[in-house]
Amino acid sequence: MDYAGVVALEIVYMIAFLALISAGLAVVFGMMRVINLAHGEFVMLGGYTTIACVKADVDVYIAMLVIAPLVVGAMGLVVERLIIRWLYGRIIDTMLATWGLSLLLVGLVTLIFGTSAVSVPAPIPGYQLGSYQMGGYNLFIIGITVLLLIFMWAVLRFTRAGLIARGAMQGPEVVSALGYDPSRIYMITFTAGAALSGLAGGVLAPLTGLLPSSGGAYIAKAFITVITGGAAVILGTLSSAAIFGVINQLVSFASTPVIGEIAMLALAIVLLRLMPQGITGRFFRSGT
Amino acid sequence: MNEWRATGRMQWGWFLLALALLVLLPLGFDTHTMSLLLIWALFAMSLGLMWGYAGLLSFGHAAWFGLGAYTYAIAAVNIGESTVPLLLAILVPAAGAAVVGAMMFYGRISDVYMGVITLVVTLIMFNFMSATAGDAYRIGDARLGGFNGIPGFPILNVPAMPELSLFGVPMYYVCVAALLGCYLLSRWLLARSFGRVLVGIRENEARCELMGYNVPACKTAVFALSAAMAGLAGCLFANWAEIVTPSVFSLRQTAEVIIWVLVGGLGTLLGPILGAMALGAVKLYLGEQTVIDNSLVLGLLLIVVVLGMRRGALPTLQRWWGSRKPRRTSAQGARRRLGPASERTS
Repeated sequence: MDYAGVVALEIVYMIAFLALISAGLAVVFGMMRVINLAHGEFVMLGGYTTIACVKADVDVYIAMLVIAPLVVGAMGLVVERLIIRWLYGRIIDTMLATWGLSLLLVGLVTLIFGTSAVSVPAPIPGYQLGSYQMGGYNLFIIGITVLLLIFMWAVLRFTRAGLIARGAMQGPEVVSALGYDPSRIYMITFTAGAALSGLAGGVLAPLTGLLPSSGGAYIAKAFITVITGGAAVILGTLSSAAIFGVINQLVSFASTPVIGEIAMLALAIVLLRLMPQGITGRFFRSGT
Repeated sequence: MNEWRATGRMQWGWFLLALALLVLLPLGFDTHTMSLLLIWALFAMSLGLMWGYAGLLSFGHAAWFGLGAYTYAIAAVNIGESTVPLLLAILVPAAGAAVVGAMMFYGRISDVYMGVITLVVTLIMFNFMSATAGDAYRIGDARLGGFNGIPGFPILNVPAMPELSLFGVPMYYVCVAALLGCYLLSRWLLARSFGRVLVGIRENEARCELMGYNVPACKTAVFALSAAMAGLAGCLFANWAEIVTPSVFSLRQTAEVIIWVLVGGLGTLLGPILGAMALGAVKLYLGEQTVIDNSLVLGLLLIVVVLGMRRGALPTLQRWWGSRKPRRTSAQGARRRLGPASERTS
């Protein structure tokens, strides 16, 4: 019974983890059709920002929930102005340029922080579930992800900004028709996406030690979650995160975590082959 | 016009000059480094063939490179001789790519999803090979060895004479032969109707399809051919390094080859070769010092090329060179090359 509880919690945690690391990428892909291959490095920078702040005696929650998104968001703004805006509509070129950006960021972080792993202790102690020791911080991540998704949904559904964002998903003409400059909206969107990535990185920083190359661990998972989800930001991310989270953890418990990850990646290939438009492109066309 | 030039005449004079230089090179240079540069050049050319001509960008070309390396190592340990492993190192990646390619191309998957799928295939191989430590993972006598890879397999030998190993200068000549052989094969294929159809697919896929060409089959074929060459490069790399580790599947390897091709020039075979050799030399030089990080330079280069020099170095130079010469050469050349075909139809 306890074991079932552990498995269930791990599955929920995995779903939350996937949704959290994919949120930033999903916003950028859903609204701008831009695939940001430097997304993993944005997450990694959020983590480094948090750790640097904690080292400078800033409260860990302020560091991860406020400073990390602000710093990475600002960086996203710079990147959008310098690189992305020249490449709208050229999706392969954007992938290549952001891949270059990801290498550049890895190199920069290596120069500044060195190649040894840095970490902060988790601010929430573990607890006992039956005879199993569980990480209390995982529950915090699940909570944050749920709040984040509800917040995003509410913004998209009930605010003026959300209306414009949903217009942007339909295409730049709709934004123009609403009376806004698409290039400005794209700039804000990319900044918001980067801030979400920074938030994810900050929140995840206490879980694992960080290396300059840590971004690579996130990008593949975020990538397949978003692409398989399709264009609808919240519903797509959530549905594919649910599928991948369940498969990953079930196979992991049955064999090893590496096999679990391989099963998830293989499933992604099959799903992409069957539904090139993503899950939401096929089943929930009108969702957000 | 450029497309005609891209698949155009073979310039035998330049080819023989390059051959002579490569053959005489061991007299004055370190063949060990040069062999590696030639292996990278072959790897880059294999991607340049499918990306530059058929317009198919794989974000996971390292999968086939690594598969060739691992196939060779595993087969060489089991067989103890190198001829069959060498052939397997070409055939296994080609077969793998044919399966993955058929799945993608007959499914009419767009280029973005092709990028995702090829990337994921590479990640699967990397994750799997990294996790194969321990006795449970072995193929025949070969232990896959996880992160440590497979060391100490028999290296290339003269066919049918296992005691005569090829290393040093002979190994260098094997690399020269592999690169030039694959180059000639590619030029030959591109000069035939198959090559024209590939360029046609790149320019307008729907039109090719409507003209009755079997587009998925052509794409699958060029994907498998490209993977076979990448596999050969991987096999040579395994022999050069005398060890294979999962790093042959790494994202970095994939990123590097894309940068080499892009910087060298899309739509040419020579561009990727020169790009790989030049940037490979820069990479080896940067690897010797610790002030500037290697990925920093690579990343910056990729961004600059994508934003600024869309066509890559060689086509940019060619265009610059072409605009200095009188215009008639290219027009005449195209007419001459078009000639026989129009005679045939009349």
